[in-house]
Amino acid sequence: MKLYIKYDGIVACRVILQEQLERLDIEHKLLELGEIEISDSVTEERFAELQESLNRYAIFIVSNEKSQLIQKIKDAIVEMIYENDKLPSITISQYLSDKLNFSYGYLTNIFSEHTYSSIENFIIIQKIERAKKLIIEDQLTLTEVSYKLNYSSVAYLSSQFKKVTGLTPSAFKRIVDKRRNLLK
Amino acid sequence: MISHKDSMRILIADDDEDDRTFFSDAMTELKMDNELTLFNDGMALMDYLSNPDIVLPHLLFLDLNMPLKSGFECLKEIRANQRFKEVSIAIYSTSSSEKDIEETFIEGANIYIKKPNDFTKLKKVIKEVMDINWQFHSSGLNKETFFFSI
Repeated sequence: MKLYIKYDGIVACRVILQEQLERLDIEHKLLELGEIEISDSVTEERFAELQESLNRYAIFIVSNEKSQLIQKIKDAIVEMIYENDKLPSITISQYLSDKLNFSYGYLTNIFSEHTYSSIENFIIIQKIERAKKLIIEDQLTLTEVSYKLNYSSVAYLSSQFKKVTGLTPSAFKRIVDKRRNLLK
Repeated sequence: MISHKDSMRILIADDDEDDRTFFSDAMTELKMDNELTLFNDGMALMDYLSNPDIVLPHLLFLDLNMPLKSGFECLKEIRANQRFKEVSIAIYSTSSSEKDIEETFIEGANIYIKKPNDFTKLKKVIKEVMDINWQFHSSGLNKETFFFSI
């Protein structure tokens, strides 16, 4: 029997963190957006154990402040795109500077300097990722998907989809369906 | 996960010597920190991959038309093996038929490149492929639905 599952990555991640920290008996506090506070008394060995057990779930401890800020930018974007049923109409620059308390100019500079990409590009890729998920779930029409993701029109979504993947949304759907049949 | 500072391990299999040079020159000129290994055909590539001691590549470029073992056959064999599930596969070919492109994705390729015959264009294409592939590695995007046709 083949089942299709639906999951919430952010909740799953919090549960994994909680479980691993408890398992290793590390005193901790889960903060927002990928931040954890742990007791300073944790031994190096324990810390290494924590790192190792989290890596198995592709969760990585980033400590450097700049890479932390980049991770926060990414998390804030992902949260905005995935956690809202419909994307808020506030501009992303406003959203990010409000959320992270830095000017948008500073955030874009640091992001471009330390990744191969720009914030704008990262947002586009994430929106198309969400669109892919929604297309695969097959509950919404493409027009509804474009509304949910704040595209001004379905044509604009289609052209951005084509730019990022080289495929039209319908070709994408066809490929995913055929791949599933093949793997059955 | 790899950070942008780590080098990407890249393998290329192409039976045409000129194309191999063309490709590796384009890659070198991009000045990205890459570790590039070339293979003269699909058989040599599969031999190499069958060694359990190798460090797996991040990205594989396969020419579609090769004698002995085609890129398509390599693709099928590689995707049948769970060991390689994290490896991105880019197929390149002179064909731009939609049917060929879709078929390649259905069999598990992530990237389809219509081979440009101009060096400047090839460099641009490779740069785009590297960028999108890096995004998929570094941002934990879903590999199952990673398709990019250029």
